[in-house]
Amino acid sequence: MDFKEKIFQSITYIASICTIVFLFGIILSLFFEGLPVLNFTSIKDFLFSKDWYPTMFPPKFGILSLIAGSFVVTLGALVISIPLGLGAAIYISEIANKRVKEILKPLIELLAGIPSVVYGLFGMAFLSPFLIKVFQVPIGLNAFNASIILGIMVVPIISSMSEDALSTVPNSLREASLALGANKWETIMKVVLPAAKSGVISSIILGFGRAIGETMVVLMVAGGAAQIPDSIFDPVRPMPATVAAEMGETAIGTPHFHALFGIAIILFIITFISILIIEFVVMRRKK
Amino acid sequence: MTNIRKLKSSIGINLLRLFILLTVFFLFLFLYVIFAKGGSVVSWEFLTESPKRFMTEGGIYPAIVGTFWLTVLSIGFALPLGIFTAIFMTSYAKPYWLVRIVRVAINTLAGVPSIIYGLFGLTVFVRLFNFGVSLLSGALTLGVLALPVIINASEEAIRSVPGDFRDASLALGATKRQTILRVILPTALPNILTGAIISIGRVAGETAPIMFTAATFYTRLLPKSAMDEVMALPYHIYALMTEGAHPAKQVPMAYGTAVVLLALVLLVSTVAIVIRYRIRKKRKW
Amino acid sequence: MVNKTQKTAHISTENLNLWFDDNHVLKDINIPIYDKKVTAMIGPSGCGKSTMLRCFNRMNDLIPGCKIKGKVNLYDQNIYDSKVDVTDVRTKVGMVFQRPNPFPKSIYKNVAYGLKVRGEKKAKIDELVEKSLKDAWLWDEVKDRLHESAFSLSGGQQQRLCIARALANNPEILLLDEPTSALDPQSTAKIEELCLELKNKVTILIVTHNIAQAGRISDYTAFIFLGELVEFAPTKEMFTVPKDSRTEQYLSGAFG
Repeated sequence: MDFKEKIFQSITYIASICTIVFLFGIILSLFFEGLPVLNFTSIKDFLFSKDWYPTMFPPKFGILSLIAGSFVVTLGALVISIPLGLGAAIYISEIANKRVKEILKPLIELLAGIPSVVYGLFGMAFLSPFLIKVFQVPIGLNAFNASIILGIMVVPIISSMSEDALSTVPNSLREASLALGANKWETIMKVVLPAAKSGVISSIILGFGRAIGETMVVLMVAGGAAQIPDSIFDPVRPMPATVAAEMGETAIGTPHFHALFGIAIILFIITFISILIIEFVVMRRKK
Repeated sequence: MTNIRKLKSSIGINLLRLFILLTVFFLFLFLYVIFAKGGSVVSWEFLTESPKRFMTEGGIYPAIVGTFWLTVLSIGFALPLGIFTAIFMTSYAKPYWLVRIVRVAINTLAGVPSIIYGLFGLTVFVRLFNFGVSLLSGALTLGVLALPVIINASEEAIRSVPGDFRDASLALGATKRQTILRVILPTALPNILTGAIISIGRVAGETAPIMFTAATFYTRLLPKSAMDEVMALPYHIYALMTEGAHPAKQVPMAYGTAVVLLALVLLVSTVAIVIRYRIRKKRKW
Repeated sequence: MVNKTQKTAHISTENLNLWFDDNHVLKDINIPIYDKKVTAMIGPSGCGKSTMLRCFNRMNDLIPGCKIKGKVNLYDQNIYDSKVDVTDVRTKVGMVFQRPNPFPKSIYKNVAYGLKVRGEKKAKIDELVEKSLKDAWLWDEVKDRLHESAFSLSGGQQQRLCIARALANNPEILLLDEPTSALDPQSTAKIEELCLELKNKVTILIVTHNIAQAGRISDYTAFIFLGELVEFAPTKEMFTVPKDSRTEQYLSGAFG
């Protein structure tokens, strides 16, 4: 092969390997800075103790409350975003005519383009006082507020990926169902959705990963209390919010610093598992 | 029975309508609140002056400049890497195991929470490479974050180039490299750029990755070099809402900054949509 | 052209016109389809024969820009009447498509689909699934693997599954849209034989691009050309003494 050809090909190799290097860089930096937290606490206490007092003496690094906070707001977000996102996908793909479709799609894309910090601002400055008024709760910055905002943020993820999945369902299946005397709704529920199942489930898992990792919204609107919530109107302190809020106030190399990286490891593992599920389980079954 | 079926069907379809109306309603409410509360704050001075009196007065010029440089540098870093990776994935794609690993890496990078990018940037760029909290560290961090978006867009763009073009070029005796550089890339370029522009919108709005790598709370100065700390629009909104002692004055400033950031992001994505539309219209194949 | 007194039509069209946007696809079609007979619709591709078939179960309703004038009467009832429930029409008038299109479900669930949609009881569904599969000559081949995926069947079996699926609704009329065009000769022969058997129970209307097939299985043939019904006659008559010169040309292979 020509020399120039070889050089060119090598550049493409190197670029591709960079992506692997970056991924390993992320994993290594998390583990390098995060594993030392085990010098100060056991893995059992870290994961299953709800006492997060990183600045007390002696400090306590139990992140159960933070994990609980993350799961509460994420599940809340999914309760909102699954019906809205899947509903939007079904409506756009199966019911809307071409013109309505062309209006709705960019509107939903617009939701995806809004920076998370602006969502956070909206949650803090508008939604929080609104919730206090409507629900008569003492604090408007709580798990409920964060769930609503996160839920809306996840809508475009679920809707665009589900819509892709629905649109790859061959028309012949819809025709077969309609020709057998099923109406549109029955066709959607019994044929189209089941046929697009793997894509729809992937979109929900992806939405979950996005919601559990989203930082700015939970940092600004979840309320910040490191406790296991009794109600959806309690303030919580999800994992990403904890890292973002405390990293700036911690000296590098302290136990607290390592503990924050430890939280990031847990967060990474959760999102990585969800990616693997999509990659190997859901998408594989499609074939 | 038929009536029950009809009833179910109409309830179902109207429920879908309700869901989509709710989503659209939220979007308009959101845009209305931001623009109504922030629109009046935005003025020429707001755009061109530095913040004064601990951000309670003055403008956001340094944050605009900071966001501009962060975005330009990060895309400048990620775009070539992304395009070359996309070329590998589409045109060389050997050995297969490497393709598979790169694919998993891209998908994983795309799903990693942005705060983790922040920690990565802090560990690697700020500390290991000793770039400090700086424009450079922030831009590199954002670049890594934008990489999967750019790769995916470029791959899709390259794959949409008809195989006939490639075959014709190869049949004329061009090498693979010549074919890629002279036929495939030029044809795919507009679509690649659309992808790049979309990632600009994403990068410009990110906050968490720059919190510990580039952003500073308050400076009246503009960055003189890539090693300086910078202000940035998204971080500025966050800082105005959570720091400082004068919320009554800061909240309107935050809304104003949000208007500028949103306008920027919307402008950028509109440009992308227009370009995409133009390409589709012009395309003859 | 046709002596209407000889029999009453099961389903018939009355001045049927159809447009896709501004494109006038079917022009003043008047055709009777007789009870318990096989009627074939032939004509060159693009002549509108499939579009016409889809008028008989209102599948054209799904196509944006489609406009229909005239009537399609199922006995005395115009199926395009606003009072008529389209799902009823499609239950009475079954359809089998060009390519086998089983749902990505089990063999059993495919056949049970129409019954389930209408809320039939499990015992009745079981019974009808078996009966329909037997009627479609598929039962012996699949009775031991009813709960396997429909995609495990061969192309010809899949098409017979689609026929069974349509039969499970107990239709009066079965529309077949080039049902063998995607199949090998052996599977084709089997489906042709099946048609001859089924016409004892249902009225069959088949679109085919294969003139010989029309000759083998149909009692009546309609020749459609450029959206017009050129000739409609008992098959034997048309194939021996076509009245219209265009029919003659088509049958002799002059165009198509």
